[in-house]
Amino acid sequence: MADIVKKATRESFGEALVELGRTNPDIVVLVADLADATKVENFGKAYPDRFIECGIAESNMVGVAAGLASCGKIPFATSFAMFSAGRAFEQVRNSVGYPHLNVKIVGSHAGISVGEDGATHQCCEDIALMRSIPGMVVLNPADHYEMFAAVKAAVEHQGPVYIRLGRLAVESCNNNEDYHFEIGKGITLREGADLTVIATGLMVGEAIKAVDALKDQGVHARLIDMHTIKPLDKDLVVKAAKETGRIVTVEEHNVIGGLGEAVAACLGEECPVPLTRMGVQDVFGHSGPAVDLLKEFGLCAQGIEATVKKVLGK
Amino acid sequence: MDAEKIKSLRRTAAKVRMGVAEGVYSAKSGHPGGSLSAADIFTYLYFQELNIDPQNPKAPDRDRFVLSKGHCAPGLYSTLAQRGYFSPEELKKLRHIGAMLQGHPDMKGTPGVDMSTGSLGQGISAAAGMALAAKMDHKGYRVYALLGDGEIQEGQVWEAAMFATHHGLDNLCVVVDSNGLQIDGDVNKVAGIEPLDQKFRSFGFEVVLADGHDFESLEKAFAAARACQGKPFAIIAKTTKGKGVSFMENQAGWHGKAPNQEQYETAIQELNQALEALN
Repeated sequence: MADIVKKATRESFGEALVELGRTNPDIVVLVADLADATKVENFGKAYPDRFIECGIAESNMVGVAAGLASCGKIPFATSFAMFSAGRAFEQVRNSVGYPHLNVKIVGSHAGISVGEDGATHQCCEDIALMRSIPGMVVLNPADHYEMFAAVKAAVEHQGPVYIRLGRLAVESCNNNEDYHFEIGKGITLREGADLTVIATGLMVGEAIKAVDALKDQGVHARLIDMHTIKPLDKDLVVKAAKETGRIVTVEEHNVIGGLGEAVAACLGEECPVPLTRMGVQDVFGHSGPAVDLLKEFGLCAQGIEATVKKVLGK
Repeated sequence: MDAEKIKSLRRTAAKVRMGVAEGVYSAKSGHPGGSLSAADIFTYLYFQELNIDPQNPKAPDRDRFVLSKGHCAPGLYSTLAQRGYFSPEELKKLRHIGAMLQGHPDMKGTPGVDMSTGSLGQGISAAAGMALAAKMDHKGYRVYALLGDGEIQEGQVWEAAMFATHHGLDNLCVVVDSNGLQIDGDVNKVAGIEPLDQKFRSFGFEVVLADGHDFESLEKAFAAARACQGKPFAIIAKTTKGKGVSFMENQAGWHGKAPNQEQYETAIQELNQALEALN
């Protein structure tokens, strides 16, 4: 394992686009007055002819992206998740999803870790919305290495992809030599047989701390980084259910419609075992410093550790 | 345009209208009113204006057409069939299970359909994206979008209008099929849109008014659109909803209703008479 680096996934998203844009002239980036927040300003500086400022008009931005894709471009339509996946949901569904156009919808500042901006901007529904669209791939990378790989995979994938970006800096967990990213294939970060924690996005880093702390206490939890919510890696989920007998999912998203429900559906149909869904429990968030909010909602290493112990009756 | 050309276009338009009646009658549902109001515009575009090849519907440098008022698919389908993209026999299967022709345009399944549409206000944004792609690639193709006047009420239309002007998309031509009626009645009683020409002008468009049933008027309008530089173009085409079928004309009730057998036969008879009068 190389040194741990702390960096937000939105940063490496922007870096990946600059890097990939160098050799792929079809990549174009659309923004809706949030170029800095979504970290695509450097793409705009490097390739101004392929950088399209749409103003505060996300619905039109998604439609324009659809038109560009129909003419051979690979558009990345970027905004806060609340707007790219939320406000423009119907445009994503009808102008991108139905014609299966090669548009990449990007949602940054998802979940409650938007922090001080409060509930209007804390999108905990984007994964649910995007995974309900037929043919849409949904990616939620855990760290900057994974994000870089995910953007590359999204470019190579022919068809619509939703990519969720995190706002907070997170410690790297996937910067090792045998790391291999494949859409729809989860990554087992820790082996264990007592229970399996399946985490996604920002929650993966917290889950690592929790699982490592539990190990010191004699609890051997398996940990899966589920960077792809759709298509879900059902084989990996079923294997974990069979081998560990219990699952805990962790996501910075409403427990309705996100990773937890995707895993629940898979388990219910293929291998029923007890499941605990950690996430935002069908409530709106509120203002506050991001880290404090995450703690309040139990979406932190201590919260995961406590839940695992409770589930195991320890 | 000489008299013979006009006659030829009018004959084609009569056949397009017959295909609309046939399709909607066969489907027992669909939208005849707006399909008939736009029939002459469809005809002009596909038989006079667009640089297209029905044998090569995905040619990269072709002109694009986006039916932003996607519910008028029967009009587009009938025109595409007349133009040779597929057999007119397909119209008899419109909206049937397993049919190629969906209730609203599906670019994946139907040759000649450049964008999937149906949810109002979205097509114009896609058209703007296509026009921008042409500019980015330094290509000369043009993009046309047909909107309904009721559709104008969608906010996205104006997001797209601002975008098109900001990016100087003079290869984009928006046509408004101004038939004055929407499902709930008179457009200006439901939610007023006038003065529409001034609205588009204030959004930075070059605008002309045209008679959407007069091919010479349409020719002038589309020529002006092609000559326009530096800004997008809008043609506000005054039309009659249900045009060509007497009992459907100017009746909001025929926006989205299929004729019964007797009405269908009357419609075909009237359109046949119009066609014969042109021979």
